Amino acid sequence: MLFEFLIYRRTGVFDYTTFRTLGCAVTVRDALNQAMDEELERDERVFLMGEEVAQYDGAYKVSRGLWKKYGDKRIIDTPISEMGFAGIAVGSAMAGLRPICEFMTFNFSMQAIDQVINSAAKTYYMSAGLQSVPIVFRGPNGASAGVAAQHSQCFAAWYAHCPGLKVVSPWNSEDARGLLKAAIRDDNPVVFLENELMYGVPFEMSEESNSKDFVIPIGKAKIERQGTHVTLVSHSRYVGHCLDAAAVLAKEGIECEVINLRTIRPMDVDTIEGSVMKTNHLVTVEGGWPQFGVGAEICAKIMEGPAFNYLDAPVTRVTGVDIPMPYAKILEDNSVPQIKDIIFSVKKTLNV
Amino acid sequence: MRSALSFLSNALSRISGSAGAQTVSELLIDLSEYASLMTPSELTEAPPTCAASLVSPAVASQPLAEFNAQVTFDLKPCELYLLETGPAHTTQLTRKEGLQLYQTMQTLRRLELKADQLYKQKVVRGFCHLYDGQEACAAGIEAAISRSDHVITAYRAHGFTYTRGVSLKQIFTELTGRRGGVAKGKGGSMHMYAPHFYGGNGIVGAQVPLGAGIALACQYQGNQQVCVTLYGDGAANQGQVFEAFNMASLWKLPVIFVCENNRYGMGTPVERSAASTSYYTRGHFIPGIRVDGMDVLCVREATRFAADHCRAEKGPILMELQTYRYHGHSMSDPGISYRSREEILEVRSKSDPISLLRERMLSNNMASAEEFKEVDTMIRREVEEAAQFSCSDPEPPLSELCDHIYSNEPPMEVRGTHPWSKLRSIS
Repeated sequence: MLFEFLIYRRTGVFDYTTFRTLGCAVTVRDALNQAMDEELERDERVFLMGEEVAQYDGAYKVSRGLWKKYGDKRIIDTPISEMGFAGIAVGSAMAGLRPICEFMTFNFSMQAIDQVINSAAKTYYMSAGLQSVPIVFRGPNGASAGVAAQHSQCFAAWYAHCPGLKVVSPWNSEDARGLLKAAIRDDNPVVFLENELMYGVPFEMSEESNSKDFVIPIGKAKIERQGTHVTLVSHSRYVGHCLDAAAVLAKEGIECEVINLRTIRPMDVDTIEGSVMKTNHLVTVEGGWPQFGVGAEICAKIMEGPAFNYLDAPVTRVTGVDIPMPYAKILEDNSVPQIKDIIFSVKKTLNV
Repeated sequence: MRSALSFLSNALSRISGSAGAQTVSELLIDLSEYASLMTPSELTEAPPTCAASLVSPAVASQPLAEFNAQVTFDLKPCELYLLETGPAHTTQLTRKEGLQLYQTMQTLRRLELKADQLYKQKVVRGFCHLYDGQEACAAGIEAAISRSDHVITAYRAHGFTYTRGVSLKQIFTELTGRRGGVAKGKGGSMHMYAPHFYGGNGIVGAQVPLGAGIALACQYQGNQQVCVTLYGDGAANQGQVFEAFNMASLWKLPVIFVCENNRYGMGTPVERSAASTSYYTRGHFIPGIRVDGMDVLCVREATRFAADHCRAEKGPILMELQTYRYHGHSMSDPGISYRSREEILEVRSKSDPISLLRERMLSNNMASAEEFKEVDTMIRREVEEAAQFSCSDPEPPLSELCDHIYSNEPPMEVRGTHPWSKLRSIS
C-alpha cells in the first residue's frame, strides 16, 4: 500500500489515455536544462544570465553543461546585483535579444522588482505597442526545506497581480519543458516560477514532448485527473499533493477532479468553471499565504461567473499558514498544506 | 527700442503687481520675448541674396561668399579622470552644422516653453519636466552619434525625444493625450519612444541598467553601436547605477554614461545629496570627463571622444555635463524656493546655450542676425502649428483602452471596472 503510494508520488501519471510512457523518467531539473539547451540552439538571440549560472553550472544545477557548450557570450555569470542585472536583461530585450534572467530564488527578485514591473511589464502598454520586452525571469519560488522566512516566500500572487506580465508555474517535467519553451518563445515578459523541491523529482514524459518544438500553451490549465464530486485546483508542487489526496479519497468513494493551473496569469478560468459546473464543489490548494492569494483570486473569479450558481458549498482555500516560514522541521511541515489538510478540506466542503 | 522698454516695464509691473510670487517660468517667457526683441545687430550685413535667405527646414546649404563656411573654435578643456588624453581642444564648425545646431536647440527651447503654456492651460496633465537651459546636451550628443546608436534617458525627456526623430506634432499630441501622440496618448510626457530611443523613464535611475543592457545587446550583436545612457545628479546616488557601472566595466560594454548635472535633484542642491559632487569620477574605475554642458560644441566634441572610446572596445566611459535648467523640477515646482532668481538670471545671461552659439557664429561671420531671426520665426510657426494640432486632435478611442497589454498575442478579454464590463484587448 505504502509502496503504491510512493509510485504515485514519483511518476504523477494518472491519465493514461492521453499519452504513453517512454520507459525513462526525466527530472524537472533535466527537463528545464534540455528546454533551455534546445532554445539556445534554435535562436541565437536567446541567452541566460544570473548568479552562478555559468561556471558553477547553476546554483541548483539547472543550467549544468550549458556554459561548456555555449560559452561566455550566451551564458553569463553576474555579480550579486539583482536590480542591476535584471535591468540589464530588460534593456537587452528592448534592443533585440531574448534573455533568460535567472533569480537564484524569487525572494531575491524583490531587489529587482521595479525592473520586472515598471521596466518590463508596463512598457509595451506605455509605448502603445512600440517597444516590446521579450524576456523570461525564472528561478525557484516558494518554500524549500529549512531555509526559513527570507528564503521561502511564494511570489505567484505578487507578480500575477500585474497586467503586462505572464506568470507561469509548472508542476512536473512535461510542464517544465513545454512551458519554458513557450516562455522563451513568447514576445512578452514571463515570470517562470519553478520549485526547488521539484527539481529532483522524475516524471515520465509523453512521446510528443520529445519534439524540439513541443510547447505547452501559456494560459491553458490541464485536468490531471478526471473526477465527479469535487474540483481541486492547484499549481506547482501542490498539484502532486492534490493527486495524492485524490488517490486516498478515491478509496472512500470520493472522486476528485484535479486541475493543474500551469499558468497563473492569464488564468484559465474556463477550465475551472467547466469543472465546477460538473462537480459543484471547489477546493483551491496553494503554498502561498491566504490573503490576496491565488486561491482568493479563483474564489472571486468563480463568484463573478456562471459557475457560482452550480456551487453547493462555498469555495474552500487550502493555503500556507499566514506566518513567515519557520525553520524547525516540525514547524515548517505544519506551515504548508499537507495531504491530510487537503483531504480534510474536501470532506468539509462535501459535508461528509 | 521703445517697444522693448515698454515690454520690459510691462513685465516688471506684472512681477511687482502680482499677489503671490510670480513663477520663474512666467518671468522667463516675458524675458524670452524681450530677448528676441533685443537681437544684437552689431553686424549689419548687406541684405542676403536669395540663396542665403531661403531659410527653410532644410537650412541654407550653400554658404555665401561673405560668410565663413567653416571656423575652428577653441573649446574649454574638459577635466579628465583616469584618462591621459581627452576630447579635442578645438573643433571645426561649418556654417551648415552651426545653423542646424541652432535650429535644433531653438526648437527644443520653444517646444518646452510651449509645453509650459499648454500645461498652464491644463491641456497637459500630470508630470511635465522641462528641459529648457539644457538644450546643448541633447543637441550636442545627437550631433556626435548616428541614428543607429542608442539613447535612453530619464523623465526630462522631451529634448531627446525630438532629437531622436519624433515630430513636434507627435510630441505635443502625446503631451495633450490625444490619439496622434507618439504613444497614442498612453504614455504622456515621460513615456515617449522612437527607434533606438528607449524613453522616457519614470523611475529615477532605472534607465541606467537598462542602458547598460542595450549596450550589451550592441556588443552581443557585434554592430559597433553605442548606447548613450543619461541620468541626473539626483539619480547618480542610486545603487543600481553603481551596479550598472560594475557590470558595464567588467564586460566592457559600449555604454556612454552621461550625468546631466543641473545642480539640483528636484529641490535638493547637489551639495546636500552627494558626498562627492565630482560626478565624472564616481564611476570609480570608469574613465570620466567633465564637460561644459552649456556649450554645444563642447558637448559634441566630448561625445565624439566618448563614442570613439566605446567603439574601440575600451569599455564604458562617463561624461558629466555641467548644465542648468531654467524651470523648476517639474511644472508644480516654481523653482525659486531652493535657488535665487539672480542665479537663474545670471546663468541665462552668461551661459545660455542658444545665445552662446549664436554669438559665436555672428562674431565669426558665419551667419547673419536676420538669418537667425528667420529661423526663429519659422520655428515659432512650426511649434504653434504643432501645438494647435495637439489641442484639436481627438482623444484616444475608449475601444483602445485595453490594447497593447501583450505583444504578438491573439485578441483577449480584459476585466473592466466591474464583472459585467468585459473589454477587448488586441496586441
